[in-house]
Amino acid sequence: MIEPLLYNDSDPGKQGWSLPERGRVPGNFEKNFPAGLRREKAPRLPEVTEPEVVRHFTRLSQKNFSIDTHFYPLGSCTMKYNPKVHESAASIPGFRELHPYTAAEDAQGILQLMFELEKLLSEITGMHDFSLQSAAGAHGEFCGMMLVRAWHESRGDRQRNVVLVPDSSHGTNPASAALYGFKVVEVKSNARGRVDLQKLKQLVDQHTACIMLTNPNTLGLFEEDILKVTRLIHDRGALAYYDGANMNALLGIARPGDMGFDIVHLNLHKTFTTPHGGGGPGAGPVGVTKSLAPFLPIPRVNYDNDRKQYFLNFKGKTPVGRLKAFYGNVGMLVRAYVYIRMLGAEGLKRVSEDAVINANYLKRKLSEVFHDPFGGFCMHEFVLSSRAIGDGKDIHALDIGKRLLDYGFHAPTVHFPLIVPDALMIEPTETESKETLDKFILAMRAIAEEIRNCPEMVKEAPHTLPVRRLDDVRAAREPRVNYFDKKQSDKALHV
Amino acid sequence: MPNTHYFPITSEQRKQMLSDIGVRNFRDLLTGIPSEIVSPNLNLPKPLSELEITQLLTQLAGSNGNANRLPVFAGAGAYEHFIPAAVDAITSRGEFVTAYTPYQAEASQGTLEAMFEFQTMICELTGLDVSNASLYDGATSLAEACLVAANATGRKEILIAETVHPEYREVVATYFKGTGFSIRILPANLEGLINKEAVQKLWSDNIGALVVQSPNFFGLVEDLKGVSNWVHEQGGLLIMTANPIALAYMKSPGEWGADIASGELQPFGIPLSFGGPYAGYFTSTRALMRKIPGRICGETVDTEGACAFTLTLQAREQHIRRERASSNICTNQALCALRATVFLSLMGTSGLRRLAELNMENAYYLREKFAQISGVSIPYKGTIFNEFVFRTKHPAKDFLRSLKSRGFLGGVSLNRWYPDRKNDVLICVTETKNKETVDRFIKAVEESL
Repeated sequence: MIEPLLYNDSDPGKQGWSLPERGRVPGNFEKNFPAGLRREKAPRLPEVTEPEVVRHFTRLSQKNFSIDTHFYPLGSCTMKYNPKVHESAASIPGFRELHPYTAAEDAQGILQLMFELEKLLSEITGMHDFSLQSAAGAHGEFCGMMLVRAWHESRGDRQRNVVLVPDSSHGTNPASAALYGFKVVEVKSNARGRVDLQKLKQLVDQHTACIMLTNPNTLGLFEEDILKVTRLIHDRGALAYYDGANMNALLGIARPGDMGFDIVHLNLHKTFTTPHGGGGPGAGPVGVTKSLAPFLPIPRVNYDNDRKQYFLNFKGKTPVGRLKAFYGNVGMLVRAYVYIRMLGAEGLKRVSEDAVINANYLKRKLSEVFHDPFGGFCMHEFVLSSRAIGDGKDIHALDIGKRLLDYGFHAPTVHFPLIVPDALMIEPTETESKETLDKFILAMRAIAEEIRNCPEMVKEAPHTLPVRRLDDVRAAREPRVNYFDKKQSDKALHV
Repeated sequence: MPNTHYFPITSEQRKQMLSDIGVRNFRDLLTGIPSEIVSPNLNLPKPLSELEITQLLTQLAGSNGNANRLPVFAGAGAYEHFIPAAVDAITSRGEFVTAYTPYQAEASQGTLEAMFEFQTMICELTGLDVSNASLYDGATSLAEACLVAANATGRKEILIAETVHPEYREVVATYFKGTGFSIRILPANLEGLINKEAVQKLWSDNIGALVVQSPNFFGLVEDLKGVSNWVHEQGGLLIMTANPIALAYMKSPGEWGADIASGELQPFGIPLSFGGPYAGYFTSTRALMRKIPGRICGETVDTEGACAFTLTLQAREQHIRRERASSNICTNQALCALRATVFLSLMGTSGLRRLAELNMENAYYLREKFAQISGVSIPYKGTIFNEFVFRTKHPAKDFLRSLKSRGFLGGVSLNRWYPDRKNDVLICVTETKNKETVDRFIKAVEESL
């Protein structure tokens, strides 16, 4: 069933707004606004009534999978339940309707919350201090790269232009390093799916600025040599950067700071369960050791002991500049604060324990059907390969993901990490019940059967969703990215 | 007793699952973690129940001077606007709030179709051809625009008007730090507008783009007649950042001949939230389509030929290109962009125009009244939208404190960014203020002098 675009119902006789009449305040803009500065062609926005708008978007919402409706075993994305109290907390008028340039004395509540959140995140990760400015994980990585360079330069160490990333790393790692002008060098994984320490030794030299690691890595495996890795990195004058995408495995289990990391970013929209929102907004706070703290971007949230007041401190001498306007995705910070305060140390530990148990349970059961390339126990996620089972039938991990949609489960992360052929990367999280996991296992077994007996069921999936398999190639070859965009040759929209 | 209401695994099931896995207890699963770092004791406050945390937060929020308590006359990049109830109703639906990025297009048609509508509306407003599905905020969107321009032209400098929001300029500088690109500032003239002669004087073959904001940081609408032609003749691009509500009335970036428009979507139904989360818009000409950052939704068909939507042009992005991507950005700010989409759907062409007019009625009324107050002067007389600068005889800091004591958040001191402008205040008035409130405010201003 197709839900027509709102534009199809548009009619200039309709109105979806209720605003005061003109002339309520006697300001005369018409006299003062020169004709040459006015728009010539009105923007074509849909002209529809409120009930039509509400029905349209409600229907659209029903075409989505979401955590409120479906299980998302989406590796490295930590799709867990997003508590409703987070939403109501962020909507309290004192937070929601607070202007960013409100004087500090009238923003004590939110500043206190931010100040405390920095402390809570520092304790959880074993870091000395945090900045809450970054808007997302990739934005946090970008901040981290600036910190790396600033720290080296402060020591007169200017030749360090190489960032090391494992071949299993997230795509944002090399992209963030490159965005900040670093040269990216890949570190191969060993046969056990971990960073190869011997190969790493050959790569780290006086040009190495830092290594970016995810731990547990994207295979869901803890880097057993982590203490040796960070020692090696430090011995050769470089820094260790922790990509916190997989922190959901480690709350109260192990801390990046204790592993020897110098810089950490967290994805509050993963581990601290602020909602993904269909692709943002998130938040990517950055934590550092004591020696890097002076480099954190301004403004910092500080406490003035004399005046007994929290304030935004713009006076730092850091060469790391401002990352965005204002101070961060504050609404997301409120949600994460609520989560930590409600769970406490014991609850957070339970998060990671249950996440790890759920993952190992699924891994154990599913490795009876799909190839488990690394064996052993995993942390909060694991990677299987569908290569063996799909080989010769032209069935790939992507197809299995699509078929899962028919069974009412979101697809795992597929074809990532790149080092496993036909990777199915599965992360159940702690908020799924055993009953759900068991149903998922049954679905995966059923799909394995289908691959053997009727592979076209899988190849042509999905069969039961609002649309069938999409033609992505066509979308990119002849992009139509706008309702008024007729075809590629149609250059201007406003003619 | 800690909260357990987010944990569906019972202790019986836990035992069963551990046994199925083949271990006796949880610790047996942690084989790879060095013993010296495993299981730290976290020193965190005791857990609170939902009731207790709600009370605590209500108390914290109560000490904030939000718009409910103090009428806001501050703008400077974040604006108090009316948000129709339907915006909250739609965007609080779990199917939108708790969905993932639409990589699995077949399971995300709702988010994707809304993105397509968003892109269409933003293209219409900015008068350009291609829109992405949003970026973090107005400032980072401008920074990405500058990167695109530098890369597309192969030139290493960008000329940015001094009249662009200072924090936006700071963010561009941040994004440029690692790239070898640099910024040259185009000074404002005495009217608070860009100096067109200076554009020609400062221009060099190293400059890839001119960046202007309109209404600019001082609230003034820029006259860009002839600018894009001249810049294009030099082989450069024109980037324009604009308040999106003003676009309902003033000439659009496309009409001025801009190549890229970027800006802040917050005025479109996104709450102030002490500065975030907001979202940035980003549109460009078709010529730049394959160079722009961020998610883009495109139309396609399914295997039965039915119309459907999917993320497209992904060859630009980090999850495909890694270190060769056009940007490191991963997601957009989908839920904020959805707020803007629902907001614009309700407003339509006529509503957005009415909204812009209500803002201007208020702003022109307030500015005329201010011009009559002794002790206040208006340094710039140009065309405005909903903001303007005024100068008081007292330091802005004291003046604003005095206004606060009379119950108003009365504007933003320019001293924050310009050390020599101690007495200048940037003031904003939106449609949220009726005549009675504006008049009360004027009285409070008079008393504060």
